[in-house]
Amino acid sequence: MASLSPKSPEQNEKSKQYDRQLRLWGDHGQTALENGHICLINATALGTEVLKSIVLPGIGAITIVDENNVSDEDIGSNFFLETTSKGLNRGSETLRLLLELNDAVQGHSVQEPPDQILQENPDFFKSFSVVIGTSLNEKLIKDLSQYLWDLNKPFILCRSVGFLGSFRIQFREHSIIETHPENEKVDLRLDVPFTGLSDYFDSIVISTLELKDHGHIPWIVILYKAVQKWQTTNLNRWPMSRKEKNEIKDIIQQFIRSDENGVPINEENFEEAIRAVNTALLPTFLPVKVQDLIYSSAAINLTKESNPFWIMCSALRAFVEAEGKGNLPLRGVLPDMTASTEHYVKLQNIYRNQASVDAEIVYRKVQQIVSQLQCDSISETEVKLFCRHAHDLHLIIGSNIALEYQTGSPVASYIARHLEEPDVMMVHYILLRAADMFKSEHCRAPGEWEPESDIAKLKNCVSKILSDVSCSPFPKDDHIHEMCRYGGAEIHSVSAFVGGCVAHEAIKLITKQYNPVNNTFIYDGASTNSATFTF
Amino acid sequence: MNPVPSFSLYLILKMASGEVQTSDYQQRRWHNIRKVLERSGPFCHPDFEPSAEILDFIMNSCKVLIVGAGGLGCELLKDLALMGFKKLHVIDMDTIELSNLNRQFLFRKNDIGLSKAKCAVEFINKRIPGCEAIAHHCPIQDLDDGFYRQFHIVVCGLDSIVARRWLNGMLMSLLQYNDDRSLDQSSVIPLVDGGTEGFKGNARVILPGMSACIECTLDLYPPQKTFPLCTIANTPRLPEHCIEYVKVLQWAKENPWGSSTALDGDDPQHVAWVHEKAQERAMKYGISNVTYRLTQGVIKNIIPAVASTNAAIAAACATEVFKLASSCCANMNNYMVLNMSDGVYTYTFNAERKSDCVACSNTTRVMDIARDATLQAIYDKLCEDNAYLMKGPGITTIINGRNKTLYMASIKSIEEKTRDNLKKKITDLGLYNGAEILVADVTTPNTITIKLKFIENIDVEMSR
Ligand SMILES: [Zn+2]
Repeated sequence: MASLSPKSPEQNEKSKQYDRQLRLWGDHGQTALENGHICLINATALGTEVLKSIVLPGIGAITIVDENNVSDEDIGSNFFLETTSKGLNRGSETLRLLLELNDAVQGHSVQEPPDQILQENPDFFKSFSVVIGTSLNEKLIKDLSQYLWDLNKPFILCRSVGFLGSFRIQFREHSIIETHPENEKVDLRLDVPFTGLSDYFDSIVISTLELKDHGHIPWIVILYKAVQKWQTTNLNRWPMSRKEKNEIKDIIQQFIRSDENGVPINEENFEEAIRAVNTALLPTFLPVKVQDLIYSSAAINLTKESNPFWIMCSALRAFVEAEGKGNLPLRGVLPDMTASTEHYVKLQNIYRNQASVDAEIVYRKVQQIVSQLQCDSISETEVKLFCRHAHDLHLIIGSNIALEYQTGSPVASYIARHLEEPDVMMVHYILLRAADMFKSEHCRAPGEWEPESDIAKLKNCVSKILSDVSCSPFPKDDHIHEMCRYGGAEIHSVSAFVGGCVAHEAIKLITKQYNPVNNTFIYDGASTNSATFTF
Repeated sequence: MNPVPSFSLYLILKMASGEVQTSDYQQRRWHNIRKVLERSGPFCHPDFEPSAEILDFIMNSCKVLIVGAGGLGCELLKDLALMGFKKLHVIDMDTIELSNLNRQFLFRKNDIGLSKAKCAVEFINKRIPGCEAIAHHCPIQDLDDGFYRQFHIVVCGLDSIVARRWLNGMLMSLLQYNDDRSLDQSSVIPLVDGGTEGFKGNARVILPGMSACIECTLDLYPPQKTFPLCTIANTPRLPEHCIEYVKVLQWAKENPWGSSTALDGDDPQHVAWVHEKAQERAMKYGISNVTYRLTQGVIKNIIPAVASTNAAIAAACATEVFKLASSCCANMNNYMVLNMSDGVYTYTFNAERKSDCVACSNTTRVMDIARDATLQAIYDKLCEDNAYLMKGPGITTIINGRNKTLYMASIKSIEEKTRDNLKKKITDLGLYNGAEILVADVTTPNTITIKLKFIENIDVEMSR
């Protein structure tokens, strides 16, 4: 009978429940999520769909701000309401049913109108990680986005009308260490080998290897040796051009051994070396994006309040200029390749050890900065993670939603450019804005009672927005007519689509992993089309 | 480019009922979707005639089958019930596990071990008054063509490609053709299919016999990652190699729970054993990072999953079901990919039909094969060729009016009896140029007829 192994920490109930998502953002991502607190304004179908996909993965807490009472229409489109909810406060009813999804999540409901909170108790918003708003009136959109911009608090504004949906993410800046790129670039340093690596390369002489070992050396070694041989007749230059790379391929071909009949022996590792020539010979360099980050003023002019991201960027700059000799800390990841276990593990350890030496240096620099600034400490784990992903660091500079409402701003000309293309997704954006404006002017959605009679009125709103961005009116009324047909209807599946996306983006903001939408997403369920705009 | 196939379920069924009776309450409750169903707009489908009858059809006549009550299935059930659909059937053979609860929101901890289909249906019928969902707790293969024929639309949220292909084959087998070989549109049951993997997903609409089906586009599925046996056994490099070794070789050799107990990825003691042994092996080779999570992932071939991606994909599918049932606007044409890992990105394209598709072309498939090939060559082609990608095909033929089994892997005694045939030349087995073989496989409910076409194999052999 098999023995029971000791219970590892990974087997606990929470790990099991969240297993499928922990594979996407890790335990540290989960911890960040569990420390997050989302505020939702208005528990419409869209609002509760957002919360559903945030409560399920285990956000720390949610707060719903909703002054409305539940109507029959609400029950018809919102899953988190029951027939008995009618007439009760919409926020507390949806909260009750949302919290059933996950007993680890805390929930609060606030019945005051959001504009009143903003006026009388704006500090209310300070405690949240992200604020999400749906069905906000135009004035509240402007006031709230300005307030949250000043407060430096991420805000997601979302809409769902008929087949159209949209969301706009507002933050001042958002830094991402773990972007999880689809194809992570390898960092091998063949052109600038560190001591451990060149010692290892020097310990191998391809021509004297036994045949068995010959087929087991990693392609990195083969490639390095081929370049060395090439350099003896090329003034120690590094092969750059296609012609030079082909010469390297020829040298690798010459390394391949032949059997007693002179037929080349098929060895997988040499094939891999030839295939790698074009990509692995790229010289090591400091990516421009990262260079911009470490030399930006936020990384140079540190203060006690500086974000840990900038402190680490500053330490990174010091490393690049000194120990790194112009390069980033080694990533320390060896791609999979045909090799004997011994060769592969040895080479892998050489890369890992150097990466940890580099990260250690950066960590010491971080500690120095922290003690000079007397700010909160940064853990070694954080610094290691930062160094491991230093090649893919990403920073998004955000913009204020209020700019979209200003005439003559660069945003206005950006909108105009897309309208002139013409880009139908930008037309949808204008119509969503026009519907907001219509609502403020007429206290109902366009077409709520009767579609045809509102077309002219909605057209007025569209014209106002178009003239603000210095654009001529739309040649046809078809999109205006379509918006009036919707009559402010919220179609559940459209809200569910946008809700899933918004929840996803909120999780990205809280975990600081994966790049969020920058910064506006428009969805048309009728044509199954979507677009991203950067206002 | 294929033209967009024109298909209107609502018109095909030509609603006979005239008077639609609804209470004030119903009127208000469905106020939202009534606006798009009872009003016309400039972008409507040309066949669309707004009326109250459409909602009546959706609520009281339109039968939709939801295949799978997992991450997508739970969402689909909710989405469709809130879009007015009442006659919903759900089929799923699985029971609820703790690791489902991060996204399958119709289940609670108390439900662990119960049928997903039954639990989901019970919840939805309780939450949404008037919803009449029906559960089927069984494999899709247990139900016959009579069952599947009753539906107007099938929507599928499965994680198994084999099951998806089987279902696709079932809907194709229901197609009927007129005397002039044209398709009888009333036999078409549209299939809306969704799938997710981590932060990515896809949604598509298949009009059987009219637009690309699952088999037409098999190359869209990524090939499964496998490790060569010699690496696992002799030169492991990655933690996965060590786990695979214990899973494939060591378990069978040591049989820790007796020879009759197969490795079960859901049994924590089994996983712990594999984890421990894989760690020992990794230690021996100096390989690091054999974790419990990775061990479980490799044993069960776990696909990461999160609530948000499932919500978005299911919603896109539900929108298409709503369009099919109401004709209120044209369906997507016909395949949408969604990637939420870098921003949110969607792309919709027209996946093209294969004119000689095994499942949907209504023509006999031809296989090019060398005259002196062995049966093994045909078997390998059926498994590896992108047009078939079968799992363990059984091959029979008819010789002199009698059925002859050439090879069948699925039944042990027959496998043993027919195994030697694989090495024989096909001509020695009685096959000839133009002969037809009949192939059965788990990927389809139907037997597929393939006509052999002999090719002279000079080029192939010369290059070796
Ligand atoms: Zn097909």
